[in-house]
Amino acid sequence: MTDLVSNPPVSRISLGRLIVWGLAAAIGLALLFAPFLFTDVRSQQVAARICVFIVLAASYDLLIGYTGIVSFAHTMFFGLGAYGAAMALKGMGASWAALALGGAGGIIAAIVLAFLIGVLSLRVKAIFFAMVTLAAASVMMVLASQFSGLTGGEDGIVYTTPDLFKPATKLLVDADGKVLKLFGVSMNGKIAAYYFVFLISLFLFWLLLRIVRSPLGTVLEAIRENEMRAEALGYRVVAYRTAVFIIAAVIAALAGIVWAVWLKYTGPDTVLSFDIMIDILLMVVIGGMGTMYGAVIGVALMSLAQYYLKDIMEVAASATANVPLLPHMLDPDRWLLWLGILFILLVYFFPAGIAGTLMKKGGQQ
Amino acid sequence: MNKQISALFDRIGGVYALPIILMVIALPLVGSFPTWVTLTVAGLGMGMMIFLMASGLSLVFGLMDVLNFGHSAFISFGAFIAATVLAALAVWVGADNWMLNLLALTAAVGAAMLFGLVAGWAFEAVIVKPVYSDHLRQILITIGALIVADQLVLVIWGGIPISVPKPAFLQGSFIIGDVSIEIYRSFAFLVGTIVFTLLYLVLNRTRLGLLIRAGVENREMVEALGFRIGRLFVLVFVVGSALAAMGGAMWGGYQGLISGELGSQVMILVFIVVIIGGLGSIEGSLLGALLVGLLGNYVAFIFPKLSLASNMLLMMVILLWRPYGLKPAIKR
Repeated sequence: MTDLVSNPPVSRISLGRLIVWGLAAAIGLALLFAPFLFTDVRSQQVAARICVFIVLAASYDLLIGYTGIVSFAHTMFFGLGAYGAAMALKGMGASWAALALGGAGGIIAAIVLAFLIGVLSLRVKAIFFAMVTLAAASVMMVLASQFSGLTGGEDGIVYTTPDLFKPATKLLVDADGKVLKLFGVSMNGKIAAYYFVFLISLFLFWLLLRIVRSPLGTVLEAIRENEMRAEALGYRVVAYRTAVFIIAAVIAALAGIVWAVWLKYTGPDTVLSFDIMIDILLMVVIGGMGTMYGAVIGVALMSLAQYYLKDIMEVAASATANVPLLPHMLDPDRWLLWLGILFILLVYFFPAGIAGTLMKKGGQQ
Repeated sequence: MNKQISALFDRIGGVYALPIILMVIALPLVGSFPTWVTLTVAGLGMGMMIFLMASGLSLVFGLMDVLNFGHSAFISFGAFIAATVLAALAVWVGADNWMLNLLALTAAVGAAMLFGLVAGWAFEAVIVKPVYSDHLRQILITIGALIVADQLVLVIWGGIPISVPKPAFLQGSFIIGDVSIEIYRSFAFLVGTIVFTLLYLVLNRTRLGLLIRAGVENREMVEALGFRIGRLFVLVFVVGSALAAMGGAMWGGYQGLISGELGSQVMILVFIVVIIGGLGSIEGSLLGALLVGLLGNYVAFIFPKLSLASNMLLMMVILLWRPYGLKPAIKR
């Protein structure tokens, strides 16, 4: 906001901004060609997860970074979308109608809950709201595990997705009627599923960018910076906050539906658990709050760390096997310990995160 | 009509009558009187344990506008330290002599509280102090501390749940006629009552308490009068952490089997209690804790599946009725 004032209208695009955009574009390109670049199953899993989590983290950034609302219920909405799709696909069979119906159900549930929570508690302090959402999310988690007839409890739900996404589906065929191979990758349902995930994620991310660039986004930033002033200017703060909470909830639910389709499994560990909430929070803060592109960088970094840092820690743990306590701290399962410490240091010294710090640096030139 | 109801409500004790009203409503729903007594005592005992954990959080928030999401770390550590001490004193714990039992229990709870005091002081200095008056960073940094603390619990005690030995004199229940009352819960109720009374007396009858209450109401004015509110705050923070560790120790004994998730599970109840009660007052925390404990136990008996959701519903209803909670010390 301030650099809008200090820079002349024809502002040079700063180096920091270029770096951030470049990084985001590189990640986007890598994701676009992921099935061709990384052919093993694990890498495709990582790529799809990055796509979905970029949307999830960016929609969370809309709350925490652009509006200054701290919510711990974001995975709840993610889970509502995923469970809605999963229950319909399980109950009605693998059809597009089931997916649409279940997804719509999940989205409506998300809207209703977000509206209730917003109206009930967005009037009071940010910190109060954080507590209410935390309580709501954990109750949802308990409900999901207790109503096991519907949700499969701790085991979750396994189902099949529409025929298009089955590995046996032939997307393109060559002259012999076999699955066509492009650059060594067979054009089967797996590719279709990946591009389904990629394109929807891309669209939702674009939508989020549009939202923060719109007049609505400007009002949200005004509320974040000075609530009283925004209210005095005639903006109904509670209405705006509730609206943005609902928008973020719907986008999270959509991401949940996409994730459910990709995984063909929905359970508490994949969509509802508090660990995911912590992941999203870390991703947004590490990447940089209030930048949107920060979410992209944060998600990519965290996901890569999650999958590959563990390998390094494994080596470190076995190297220090004789020292007391240290091998336990270096155990691959304890990677969150180190991330937590990193997170605290980051909030102290670089509260703007990677993208925010870079952009600010460039702005001073 | 509406006015008459609210006047009547105020005459019978206002919000303080709510737990009693809840008990009366529950009696016909539960059906049998002995069961009702058992559930009520259980609820009160559970409520008191939650109160121990919630009071510190609420006061810290009231005094300094700091909400410590890492509070549950003290609960977990308290439970695990007490369990370790009890396991080390297994001979005393199992002895058929209530003096030795009590000694072991005191040692365990004392160790937990000592940890709470020291760790609370360190936590305040390292984690909380740099981010006073910045809510967003406060939430983020205390969440970060919570992640680290939870992981440290796993590093030290491992991921396998450990069992907490219960001192011999607290096992079993009293049987009076048809009514059976669990001894441990009655004991928890007793301890909670003592702690509440002490806190109440300190806050309302001493100069220190006067300063704390004044600080909750208007920090700047107290500072302007020349008192060092920062030191008071550290004191409240440290005592609050020690109480959380104590509550954790009691909770661990009540559960019998504790795992690394203990802190975050209880924390949900603690948050609900603090929200219901209103931030900054121990009376509010007590009220909220009793309501949550009672409702949780009644609903667990009547509709077992809804037990946790019932507390959520209670919170929603109360927030609709009083957006700042039942008995807030401050309305900011």
